[in-house]
Amino acid sequence: MVENISGSLIDWSRAQFALTAAYHWLFVPLTLGLAVVMGLMETVYYKTGDEKWKRTARFWMKLFGINFAVGVATGLILEFQFGTNWSNYSWFVGDIFGAPLAIEGIVAFFMEATFIAVMFFGWNKVSRGFHLASTWLTGLGATISAWWILVANSWMQDPVGMVFNPDTMRNEMVDFWAVATSDTAVVKFLHTVLSGWVLGAVFVVGVSCWFLWKRRDKAFAVRSIKVAASVGLVAALLLAWTGDSSAYNVAKTQPMKLAAIEGLYEGGNGIGLVGVGVLNPSKERWDDGEDAFLMKMEIPRMLSLLATRDMDGYVPGIGDIIRGGYQLPDGTTALSAQEKIERGRSAIASLADYRRLRAEGDTAAASAARAELMEDMPYFGYGYLSAPGETVPPVGINFYSFRVMVILGGYFIAFFAVVLFLAFKRDISRFRWLHVVALVTIPLGYIATQTGWIVAEVGRQPWTIQDLLPVGAAVSGLEVGSVRTTFFIFAILFTVLLIAEIGIMLREIRRGPEQAASDVSNDKKA
Amino acid sequence: MRNNVLVRIYRFYLDGFRSMTLGRTLWVLILVKLFVMFVILKLFFFPDFLGRAGDDAGKADYVANELVERME
Repeated sequence: MVENISGSLIDWSRAQFALTAAYHWLFVPLTLGLAVVMGLMETVYYKTGDEKWKRTARFWMKLFGINFAVGVATGLILEFQFGTNWSNYSWFVGDIFGAPLAIEGIVAFFMEATFIAVMFFGWNKVSRGFHLASTWLTGLGATISAWWILVANSWMQDPVGMVFNPDTMRNEMVDFWAVATSDTAVVKFLHTVLSGWVLGAVFVVGVSCWFLWKRRDKAFAVRSIKVAASVGLVAALLLAWTGDSSAYNVAKTQPMKLAAIEGLYEGGNGIGLVGVGVLNPSKERWDDGEDAFLMKMEIPRMLSLLATRDMDGYVPGIGDIIRGGYQLPDGTTALSAQEKIERGRSAIASLADYRRLRAEGDTAAASAARAELMEDMPYFGYGYLSAPGETVPPVGINFYSFRVMVILGGYFIAFFAVVLFLAFKRDISRFRWLHVVALVTIPLGYIATQTGWIVAEVGRQPWTIQDLLPVGAAVSGLEVGSVRTTFFIFAILFTVLLIAEIGIMLREIRRGPEQAASDVSNDKKA
Repeated sequence: MRNNVLVRIYRFYLDGFRSMTLGRTLWVLILVKLFVMFVILKLFFFPDFLGRAGDDAGKADYVANELVERME
């Protein structure tokens, strides 16, 4: 339904939010990753007192500072957009969304802001131990910040720990810990932060290999590569593990997203995982009878294993979820999408009745309407959909984005393993091909993190809040032209910021690390 | 004693900002960005939809109407 809101407004509002989030996510993961790498470098300096580690840490700290300065506050625009472009959503989520963001703003931001000053201004002014603590606390602040943002995002994917209050029209938190530590939040936090570590490691290895390619600052570059590739390999392996946990969790909480990611229209027991495949562009609807794939290579029964921890487990496809009738893990029978739509419409009608009866002072009838609303509330958002097919997210972008992310995740493991071997066992400065590969790998790191978010966010369409509020009901009734205009303003602003960051970073990279006489002499010998 | 601590913190920051080189460029960038976000975008391009609805009860009524009418 959502008949009085144009598709164009929804599309432009979504595009604007996606653009802002995508740009924001260029800066954040590098902050998270560089914080760990430079923290480890400074720790070695603290332990050994060796000045070359201090100079190494300071160089990466400078790049961290540039990225931090350019990236700081881009997230604020996202918060503006919640209030302006998604005002119904903003009110409807109530304190569920507000509490984590408030904690993020107060605790994490001030922690970052305080210790980042000590980190940059405190060399030679505070003790080595206090400076080291400040460096780690800056990174910890950024990570805690990410935690609360991801808690808020996870609640949208898996709304738990709240009760809807039809008097205030807000969801009210009844269990803070259920919100803060839901499986979805924990898995998303680990997976997202680790992806930032991988990106930071890819960045440091890539930039260091540029120095080796240019035959300069060899000792510094090799030191940096050893630390970053170690972080990168550990993070990439853990990323594979959390990716598996993430898929298992999505299978439980968002089965339609999993089906879209796999291009799985008809499910069953012992379902295989599509390793490589080409979707059939002629397939336009879930029930048009067209084959889903032009070609595919499957790993037999792997999807069942990943989704249910049983090689013969049942995984519903898009058609199964729409038709319903299969047994859910809790033993109940899945409703069809049409039944959910009917119950959603009933919930919205009950809401209207409740508020009207309450205003009229008919307490008994209002109470009955409220009871009906609460019974159908889990399907509230379905009431805005006009047909079962609207519950299906875009399959193509999810299918391909997921494979790009997973294939790159596997590539990073191999990449870091090779880099570590050559850094520790061979003279890595002689492997010119590797220097080129490492430089090319930097943008691949960004592509992997971006595709991860595409899967997370496009995969949950049409929902802003899973099952409770679709994008069409959440969006503000703005003029399309206004949203389109601000979209282009943001596009220009963010692009200018990105160009500024890249320009400043390249200038500082070309300058290289601070030099000491011993370093110059070592490099000349090398 | 307390004043001494405050003065030392003040001097710490003052010296830090004074000795900035690259940092000055970054601060200019940050200030320009905040100006664009808070002054230009916030004032001219971000209408306060819910703010127009008055107090919390008014906002609840506004959102309830929106959510009910969107289905009809």
